[in-house]
Amino acid sequence: MSAATVMTPEIGAPTLAGRLRAWAEDVWVMTRRNLIHVRRDPMQLSDVTIQPVLFTLLFIYVFGAAMVLPGGASYAQFALAGLLVMNLTTSSVGTAIGLSTDLSTGVISRLRTLPMSPTAILVGRSISDVLAAVLCSVFIAVTGLIVGWRPETALPSVLAGFAIALLFSYALSWLSASVGMAVSSAETAQGIVFILVFPLAFVSNVFVPTQGMPAWLATIANWNPVSAVASACRTLWGNPNPSASIQAWPMQHPVEASVVWSLLILLACVPLAGRLYRRRTSD
Amino acid sequence: MSEHNMIRAEALSKRYGETQALDDVDLEVATGSILGVLGPNGAGKTTALRILTTLSTPDSGRAWVAGHDVVAEAAAVRRKIGVTGQDATLDELLTGRQNLMMVGRLSRLGRLVAEARTNELLESFELTDAADRMVKGYSGGMRRRLDLAASLVMRPPVLFLDEPTTGLDPTSRQRVWGVIRGLVADGVTVLLTTQYLDEADALADGIVVIDRGRVIARGTPSELKAATGSQLLEVTLAEPHPAAARELAAFSVGTVKTSEDGMRLWTPARNEAGLAVAALRVLDAAGALVDDITVHRPSLDDVFAVLTGATIAPHVDGAEVPA
Repeated sequence: MSAATVMTPEIGAPTLAGRLRAWAEDVWVMTRRNLIHVRRDPMQLSDVTIQPVLFTLLFIYVFGAAMVLPGGASYAQFALAGLLVMNLTTSSVGTAIGLSTDLSTGVISRLRTLPMSPTAILVGRSISDVLAAVLCSVFIAVTGLIVGWRPETALPSVLAGFAIALLFSYALSWLSASVGMAVSSAETAQGIVFILVFPLAFVSNVFVPTQGMPAWLATIANWNPVSAVASACRTLWGNPNPSASIQAWPMQHPVEASVVWSLLILLACVPLAGRLYRRRTSD
Repeated sequence: MSEHNMIRAEALSKRYGETQALDDVDLEVATGSILGVLGPNGAGKTTALRILTTLSTPDSGRAWVAGHDVVAEAAAVRRKIGVTGQDATLDELLTGRQNLMMVGRLSRLGRLVAEARTNELLESFELTDAADRMVKGYSGGMRRRLDLAASLVMRPPVLFLDEPTTGLDPTSRQRVWGVIRGLVADGVTVLLTTQYLDEADALADGIVVIDRGRVIARGTPSELKAATGSQLLEVTLAEPHPAAARELAAFSVGTVKTSEDGMRLWTPARNEAGLAVAALRVLDAAGALVDDITVHRPSLDDVFAVLTGATIAPHVDGAEVPA
């Protein structure tokens, strides 16, 4: 060890801009680290690649054959938005698993003794998961196009639909992060997140119009954020949206409802995740 | 606080449920020196280290590292310290190089500086050949070296090492010792915990012995060894004998301890050839029936037996232990 070159860490200037830049760099380093993990173990991505393709094919060919929609619309046209939202909802469990795994290894101790921004660990994870969600969307869209799904609107409107689904997915990843830090192991986290998101994904207008459900169940489904996001996508893509005739506010204003739901989840879960992270890592 | 103490702790206490992990612990480490914190598993060494490295907060007491309070100024402390934990704190799925780069970037080194520092550390820890392999495939010794390298990325003036050589083969151990000596020669202050007396002896300027959360002895390695003797004489009798302890005192450089049943006696002893035979003759002449007699270098267990038994007060300063 030579002491020839003494380096002082570049401490971010005490200005707000300097601190923000340092924070953004920390987030980027953590995001990249998560992406390297994915490259080493590509099967981590199966739930945003193979699984959504399988689901899309299964639902459209197996259930679609028996499904009669009001007005005789094609099931592929109806179901694709639902499949996108369902897959993004269930894949949010990845955040819980990833964070829980990180916290169980010694890496987190090393990171905590560095002069980095502690929130970068959480934010970096949420960003790498949103990138996975983008990949998931691409796989579903391409599979959809192959099996006959066609958006009927202009490109900006189509992209807006995907953006709304991704915003919702991002919000859910913070919910998932909170669960991941509240429980002791990745397996438990996975179990709990699944129990939370499965009813969320299925008690909705994702696969069938809610009109056929018992009244009480239909009410739950109509106010389920997942229904709002699926309806928003259908509206923005010009696909059949039977929920448009339902009088519940979220079904009348699905785009606004999706954004509001996502922001509410973020407002609740970002501070919660931060608090749980501090509790988990302090003794 | 005084200028020349890079690490200082005052009356640190920490309780985990029923366990008093740390009980009123004081520590001082002068700038550019090595303090060895010695103790058995579960003695509280790691807890002390976690508090000093901002990973944990004390229930009471205060501590300063490089002049900063570890609780109130944790962020400032983190800019001054390097930490090597007992469990490897490496990212298994990253390569050695990627691990060091990540630590460098998160320590706010610019990309080029981090790259240069990474290459330099890989070189000096003989990891260049393995640099681009995943850490998952590293041997235990390579992991330790990389872990140590990771804690040096920032060139911290203060280094904390939690049992840096536990589980290493003798060659790797020597290599780690060499690195630590080199760092101290460059002016780095080191606090290391260890279970091995010889490690503390080989490296440390000062030693603190912790047992069940309390400091039971402190001093220089030679003071500590004086307290335990350079070898330990241990005798097992067939039946208790009133004169046995008195006879053994002739060989002792400390106090002769006797077990409760009077069958076992032990004492730090003079370093002389033929000690066992000489002791046996004396005991035989006094009419004591000897079942077993051993002379061995004191292990850590012996140090504890002697330290905790040599004086009445549980809290001793090494210098005051009768030698």
